[in-house]
Amino acid sequence: MGIVIRDLHKSFGPKVVLDGFSVEARDGETLVILGGSGSGKSVTLKHVVGLLTPDSGEVEVDGQIVSTLAREELFELRRKVGYVFQFAALFDSMTLAENVAMGLRRKSDMDREAIAERVEECLRLVDLDGYGERTPSELSGGQRKRAGIARAIATKPQYLLYDEPTTGLDPVTRAMIDQLILRMSDELGVTGIVITHDMDSAFRVADRFAMLHNGRCRFEGTPDEIRACEDPVVRGFIEGRPELMEKES
Amino acid sequence: MTLAAGVGQWGRLTAETVQAARHVDVWLRLLIPQMARVGVDSVPIALFIALFTGIVLALQASYTFTGAIPLYFVGVLVGKTMMLELGPVLTGLALSGRVGANIAAEIGTMRVTEQIDALETLAYPPIAYLVVPRVLAGIIMVPVVTALAIGVGIVAGWITAIQLLDMSSADFVNGLTLFFLPFDVTFAMIKATSFGFIITSIGCFFGFNTQGGAEGVGHSTTRAVVVSSMAILVLDAFWALVLL
Repeated sequence: MGIVIRDLHKSFGPKVVLDGFSVEARDGETLVILGGSGSGKSVTLKHVVGLLTPDSGEVEVDGQIVSTLAREELFELRRKVGYVFQFAALFDSMTLAENVAMGLRRKSDMDREAIAERVEECLRLVDLDGYGERTPSELSGGQRKRAGIARAIATKPQYLLYDEPTTGLDPVTRAMIDQLILRMSDELGVTGIVITHDMDSAFRVADRFAMLHNGRCRFEGTPDEIRACEDPVVRGFIEGRPELMEKES
Repeated sequence: MTLAAGVGQWGRLTAETVQAARHVDVWLRLLIPQMARVGVDSVPIALFIALFTGIVLALQASYTFTGAIPLYFVGVLVGKTMMLELGPVLTGLALSGRVGANIAAEIGTMRVTEQIDALETLAYPPIAYLVVPRVLAGIIMVPVVTALAIGVGIVAGWITAIQLLDMSSADFVNGLTLFFLPFDVTFAMIKATSFGFIITSIGCFFGFNTQGGAEGVGHSTTRAVVVSSMAILVLDAFWALVLL
């Protein structure tokens, strides 16, 4: 049923972050949301899982309006959603295996053995097999990020939200994570929203693009459409030419 | 944050904590480790304080009473003071520094590193996961630690009396039991239980409301210790007014 964001408004004090942002991630596709730093991409993603409540507008996930759900209904919905945090947000008092198992303990009826197997499988998928007994402080930034992905995919969610999954990673790890995102979409039919600044990665994983600018959707379309887009703000962003964006501002 | 707003928000967190207690499957397995952290790990500092408090009480009582009041009143003073006041209050203040600061720093760090958001996305109610086991551990373990501290303080006073003062063991025990009322123990435990609740809930409150980065965590930790220490002293007076 996908994820539909309709006319989303959100302000923090006097600062307007989202000013009527609308976009849709259709069932089974990967939508990449582009936008400058502080443009409200992460804020948008947090609305999808109900971590933030909109000032107005709504987010529909799996046919349910997130902001109208009762607490228990929200937890039910979150069982279907995996969230990859920008800085991994691993629980630093736990080992890597315990981190990955957290969602499985809560979101599934699996027994201990099945959980341990699934944890191993997920760690293998992100190339961290053998790291299960390490704590987050013993991992590099890239390893932590991959561990965050392993935790998010462990429950085999229907929806996956990636907050800058490849930022700060080496090219090999980036490519590996891109492949993982593609695999989630192609093989498991997961609907994904990816927030990224990394244009190489964005073009590798995107079925469609949306660009968030000044709190609104500046562009929505396929990779071919964004390549052909004449809007100077969009062109300036994807080509890394701030002079084009400044002219428009 | 004004005092009224802060008290209101803390009250709301407390109400949410009571509600979240129904998620037994979330907090139950975390309770024992938290009891160990709040209680067992606090025993050394609490007993250290109690030991020297007991010694000083006995010496000061002897200094005050000599020539005016029979020395077996040293036992009365050590017993009553440790039980009714210094045992619970000094343990409470020590634990507000050790436990309250620890809780505020830990939860505050989890807040600023999005670990609390991560709990939410993994369908764990954060209050059930973080607050309920800590507050329950405080309510259960602070009275236990306080009871041990009272015991150690009295024994320290007793040993001081028979070793350093011109008193027999019988004199001290006679004084200790002379005005003893079972209610004294109840009074001490009521105070300790309320202190356990205050220390842990205020630590959780400031942790949850942490903003910013490392500086924010530092602020939360300091405020948790200061506010819970003040709250302990206010509660101490409250119980004296209400129960004595």
